[in-house]
Amino acid sequence: MSTFLGMPDAGAPATVSGVGRPDDPLHWGATFPDAARTALADEQLRRNLGNATSTIRAKRARVVGEVPDWEALRDAGSALKTDVMTRLPELLEELERNVTARGGVVHWARDAAEANRIVAGIVRAKETDEVVKVKSMATQEIGLNEALAEEGVAAVETDLAELIVQLADDMPSHILVPAIHRNRTEIRDIFLERMADAPPDLTDVPRELAMAARAHLRRKFLSAKVAVSGANFAVADTGTLAVVESEGNGRMCLTLPETLVTVMGIEKLVPTFDDLEVFLQLLPRSSTGERMNPYTSLWTGVTPGDGPQEFHLVLLDNGRTKVLADEAGRSALHCIRCSACLNVCPVYERVGGHAYGSVYPGPIGAILTPQLTGEKSDLPYASTLCGACYQVCPVKIDIPSILVELRAREVELSGAAPDTADRVWQAAMKAASYAMADGGRFRRAARLPRALRAIARHGVIRRLPFPGSLWTRSRDLPEPPRQTFHDWWAARERRAGTRQEGER
Amino acid sequence: MRIALAATCIADAMFPQAPRAVVTLLERLGHEVVFPPGQACCGQMHVNTGYLADAVPVVRNHVRTFAPVADGEWDAVVVPSGSCTGSIRHQQRMVLERAGLDAEARTASAVAGRTYELSELLVDVLGVTDVGAWFPHRVTYHPTCHSLRMLGVGDRPERLLRAVDDLELVPLEQAEGCCGFGGTFSLKNADTSAAMLQDKVGHVLDTGAEVLTAGDWSCLMHIGGGLTRTASGVRPMHLAEILVSTREAPVVPGAADGRQEVAR
Repeated sequence: MSTFLGMPDAGAPATVSGVGRPDDPLHWGATFPDAARTALADEQLRRNLGNATSTIRAKRARVVGEVPDWEALRDAGSALKTDVMTRLPELLEELERNVTARGGVVHWARDAAEANRIVAGIVRAKETDEVVKVKSMATQEIGLNEALAEEGVAAVETDLAELIVQLADDMPSHILVPAIHRNRTEIRDIFLERMADAPPDLTDVPRELAMAARAHLRRKFLSAKVAVSGANFAVADTGTLAVVESEGNGRMCLTLPETLVTVMGIEKLVPTFDDLEVFLQLLPRSSTGERMNPYTSLWTGVTPGDGPQEFHLVLLDNGRTKVLADEAGRSALHCIRCSACLNVCPVYERVGGHAYGSVYPGPIGAILTPQLTGEKSDLPYASTLCGACYQVCPVKIDIPSILVELRAREVELSGAAPDTADRVWQAAMKAASYAMADGGRFRRAARLPRALRAIARHGVIRRLPFPGSLWTRSRDLPEPPRQTFHDWWAARERRAGTRQEGER
Repeated sequence: MRIALAATCIADAMFPQAPRAVVTLLERLGHEVVFPPGQACCGQMHVNTGYLADAVPVVRNHVRTFAPVADGEWDAVVVPSGSCTGSIRHQQRMVLERAGLDAEARTASAVAGRTYELSELLVDVLGVTDVGAWFPHRVTYHPTCHSLRMLGVGDRPERLLRAVDDLELVPLEQAEGCCGFGGTFSLKNADTSAAMLQDKVGHVLDTGAEVLTAGDWSCLMHIGGGLTRTASGVRPMHLAEILVSTREAPVVPGAADGRQEVAR
C-alpha cells in the first residue's frame, strides 16, 4: 500500500505513539463531533487521507467500469447475503458439520470475552508464548491481542499496516488500510523505535520500509507454532474457509504453523462453493481496486502432512444475532468489509477513522457499531446522507436509509433520558412540526425570517447568536426576502381576480 | 398540462425567486400552474433527523394537500428540489406506514408517483430540453447528492443548461462530492460540514464562473453562504432562475437578486 502514503511536510515532527488500545474496541474516544474537530485541525492528516482516498476511488472506478455486468453482480451479492441471513442457523450448522467432518474443531462464542477465552485456551494448550496473526477485523473487534497479552502470549500482526499500528500502540483507522493515517516518515520512526531488528540506517523509502518489515516477520513465521486468522468467507456446503490478501503474510500464517485458529463473525457465510464466484469478483475490485487480489487462500479442515495439522474455527456472535433480529438494520450484516464506502465518504475523507471511536469506521461503521453495541451513539448523525456509500456498496447495503432508522432509534433513546441538547432539539422539532403541519400556520411562520432583514448587510447576515452561530461560524445566511412565495402567490391571485372582475 | 407546484418550505420562506421562476417558466411553455395553499413542508428535515413521530403531521399535510393529483385533478406535481422530491418518493410512505396510517400511506405512494423534480418534469414528462432561455453568463453546475443518487436525474439539468442560448457551462471539479450541508448535519457536525464546504467553495472558485447553479436551494444556501465570505462575487442561482431568463425578460445575476420583487 506504499502508493497511499503521502509525502510528509519537511521537518514535521513525527509522533510515534498512537491513540493507545482502548478497553472497548467498539466504543472509545471523544464524541464524534469533538473527535472530528481534532482530526480536522490536523492538516497533514487531511492531506494524507485526501490523497489516499482519491487514489483508491479512482482505481476502484476504473476496474469496476470494465465489468459489463457489475450491477448484476451487486444484485447477486445482495441476494446471496439476504438468503444467508434468512437461513443463518441452518447454514451455520451445515458449516459446523462439514468443518468437523474434515478434521476441524468448531467453537461457538456468544461474545468477545468468550471468544478470547476459547482462543487463549487453545494457545495455552500448545505451550507457546507467541502467535502470528493474519489481518482480521473480528479479532480487532474483540480485542484479542490484549486478551492474549494478559495471558502472557504475544500476538504478532503480520500485515504490514497492522504491524505499524500494533508497534505504535495505535488503533486502525481504516478497515483495509489500517495505517492510512500514517505517513512514511512516521512509519520509519515507529520501526526504528519499536522494532528491535530494524536496520539503524533505515530511510523512509517505501521499499526499504517493506524490506525491514519482511525480514522482521520472516523470523516470526518460521518460529510460530500457532497462527490466528479471520475469514473473508466460509462455505457452508464444503466447510471451506477463505482469506483474501495482498502481501502473502496471510498465506505464510495459514500454511506454516502447526495450529491454525480462525475467528469468524457468523455473518461471513456463503451457502455453496459456487457462490464464491460472485464475491471473489466483487471484493477485490471494491476494496483495493484490483481485478484480483494477489493471494487467495482456501482451506478445508486439515490435510495430513500438508499445512496446519490442527484447525479451530471460532464462530463469533458478539451482537450479531441482535442485529439479525432487526428487520430495518439487519442488512448491515451483509457487509464483506471491502471498505469502498469509507473511500467514497466525504465525511470519512475529512476526519479519518479514529473519529468514529470504533474499529469499524466510516459509513458501514456508523450503522454497524451502534447496532452491535446497542448503546446510545452519535455515529448515525456522522453523515450528510449523500448516498455515495450506497452507490458503491458491492452488496447494495442501503446505508443512508439505515442511518435514518438508527437516528429514529437515537431520538427514542434520548426521549427516555434527554440531556440539555436533546431537549433543545426536541423542542425545536416539536415547534417546527406544529408550524409545518398546516398551510395557514406555515404561511405566518414563513414570514418570521423577514425580521432578520434588520441585521443584514450587503444582502447577508454574518453573525447570529447561538444556536444560529452554529451556521454563521462558517457561512453567511442570505438576507431573507421581503415576501414569501405563499404571499406572492396570494397577491397574484388577488390581482388576477381583480382583472377578471374588470373584464366582466 | 395542469401542474401543481410544491414550492418547498425553504424556498417559500427564503428563496421565493425559485418557485416564482418555475411558475413563469411553465406558463411560458404553455402549461397551467396551480399552487395549493395548504402546503407547508414535505417532512424531510424531521425524517432525516430521526424525529419520525413529529414528521407524521407534516407528511400527512403534504399528502392531503397534493392528493388531488392522484385523482387526476392535476397532471403532475413539480418540486424545485431534488432532496424534497427524494423524501416524497422514498420516505413519506414509510413514515405513514410506521404510524399505522395505511390508507394515507397508499395515497402518499400515488402522489409520489406523479411528483417530479423540475428537470425530470421538463425532460421526461414535458419532453423539452430547449426551453427558449437566454442567459449570457459563465455558469457551473453542482449536481446535488439527492438529485444525483436518490433520484438519478443524471445529466438532465446539464442538457437543459446546454440548450440555453449564450450560456457557457464550465465543468466543476469533483462535482459529485457533497457540499457538506446535510440538513441538520450542518449544525450537529458543524466543523466537518465547514471542511466539506471549504473544498466545494474552492472548486467553484476554480471554475471562474459568475454563477453557481443547482436544482436545490438548500445546497445552494450552504455553498452560497460560503461563497459570500470569499468576496468572489459568484452568485448562487437555482436552475429554474436560469431557465426562466429570456432576451425579452432577462434575469441578471445578483441584480437585487430578483429577490426583492413584491407583488401588490
